[in-house]
Amino acid sequence: MKVVIIGCGRVGGAVALALRHAGWDVSVIDEREDALGRLGDTWTGEFHVGHGMDIALLRKAGIENADAVVVTTDGDNSNIVIGQMAQKQFDVRSVVVRILDPARAEFFKTRGLNVVCPTQSAIETLTNAVRAYEGALN
Amino acid sequence: MYLLIAGGGKVGSNLARGLIRTGHEVTLIDQRPSRFDQLEPEFEHQVHRGDATELFVLERAGIKRPPDVVVAVTGDDEDNIVICQLARDLYGVETTIARVNDPRNQPYFDLLGISPTVSATASIMGLIEHEVPEHGLIHLLELRKENLEIVEILVDKNAACLGKSIREVALPEGSRVIAIVRNGKAEAPEANMQLEPGDSLFAILEPGKEDELRRVLVRP
Repeated sequence: MKVVIIGCGRVGGAVALALRHAGWDVSVIDEREDALGRLGDTWTGEFHVGHGMDIALLRKAGIENADAVVVTTDGDNSNIVIGQMAQKQFDVRSVVVRILDPARAEFFKTRGLNVVCPTQSAIETLTNAVRAYEGALN
Repeated sequence: MYLLIAGGGKVGSNLARGLIRTGHEVTLIDQRPSRFDQLEPEFEHQVHRGDATELFVLERAGIKRPPDVVVAVTGDDEDNIVICQLARDLYGVETTIARVNDPRNQPYFDLLGISPTVSATASIMGLIEHEVPEHGLIHLLELRKENLEIVEILVDKNAACLGKSIREVALPEGSRVIAIVRNGKAEAPEANMQLEPGDSLFAILEPGKEDELRRVLVRP
């Protein structure tokens, strides 16, 4: 199974390592060469330096044969457009996009994107933690 | 008309100026604090500070009315795309116009149906082609939504179509000669007109048929 991961920050890098460990063929794209450092000294997957919107680079990273694409750059709007490109142009079966802004996350969910919104998860977790405390008092 | 312009750089602010001067209602959005400070004394309540890809910023600027036109001219293509998608699909704005900063991103605009788009590079390229028609075929107009384009073909003394009548030229399917300019005068094309050196042909065709058209008219 092949996955292309666009954006190798804290999240993208960790997802890359986890999937590689699980036996996936992993190809990572990041604008910064030093992002490779997140993948450790013994990285056995691919690593490409460049912008995630660069279609030639996406092809080079193997998006045409990818079973999955994970989009986790630090720009919500870049993630939104790259995710739609992976889904609509390259027909990748499983495309997961990180969007930090809950409002945009909600809207692009309705447009058929598989969206992960860590901000929304944090809001819910924090609210529930306080509500649980409130419940324990009563 | 009511227009919302995202991006208050040289393009956006001058558009706003021109539109206000001609009596239109405009709201301008820019997220850069320093830029906003420059624009505010001139545009006052007509300029808002914020990220135009944030829903609350768009709503504060009046996108729910909705505007007749949303113009996305920020320096980031991904922002321009998302602004147009939100305007069209979430707020029902009928017309969106987007700027393409990097022509390599044009496929994203096309794939997501963001049209019309304006690209300085593509426009200048078109002008250069018009001045130096190396490939014998000049792009005049591209109607992406309609899937049509209009091109001009210069007939020189080596042209493949020289001496033939329009009827005899096997034009690719989906293309048609719509005018001939001869001696500076445009004429409606007649099937039996013989093509002469110096003629300019205007043709309408589906994008992607250019090579075929070039083969039958310019070089085999």
